[in-house]
Amino acid sequence: MFLQVALVIVFSSIIALYRAISGPTIYDRVLAVNVIGTKTVLVLVLVEFIYERPEFLDIALVYAIINFIGTIAFLKYIEKGGLT
Amino acid sequence: MDLVNVISYSLFAIGSFFLVVAAIGIVRLPDFYTRMHAAGKSDTLGQSLILLGLIIHEGASFISIKIFFIILFIFIANPTATHAVAKAAFLSELAPWKKDGGKER
Repeated sequence: MFLQVALVIVFSSIIALYRAISGPTIYDRVLAVNVIGTKTVLVLVLVEFIYERPEFLDIALVYAIINFIGTIAFLKYIEKGGLT
Repeated sequence: MDLVNVISYSLFAIGSFFLVVAAIGIVRLPDFYTRMHAAGKSDTLGQSLILLGLIIHEGASFISIKIFFIILFIFIANPTATHAVAKAAFLSELAPWKKDGGKER
């Protein structure tokens, strides 16, 4: 059951990848990459349940934080032209 | 199949439905500001439902506490990131889509 849910999530992130590749503005691409990143967190949690390896939960938690900070930093870079 | 499996599997099904609807909405909606509805609300709800199903399937343990923290962080961070994208797009004067405007962007 976990494997099927993970396959559905990967399928929906492939659909969102279309918008990340062919987005007309840069903000569409940032939004689609943010969505794909949070779906990756979900796949990492499901991998923990499929393979019975509890280390993947820590990776998922760290990846969620990195995804959020990356989105904010990228937007600040677009908006101000620098990160200082 | 007992009651715990029924509840968690139906939560998986509802969450997967919301995730697929969010992905289709990101591709199909005509404008950036309308695409944010799919990315901000439906996506967060689908992920939280799937993680809640995993908590119910696992029961009370250390793993479910960690998954609960992931849910809490996603509920705070995902709408905040969407709001930041919207603010940056609005400040850079990206015009919203009008119905008689014609083509999709």
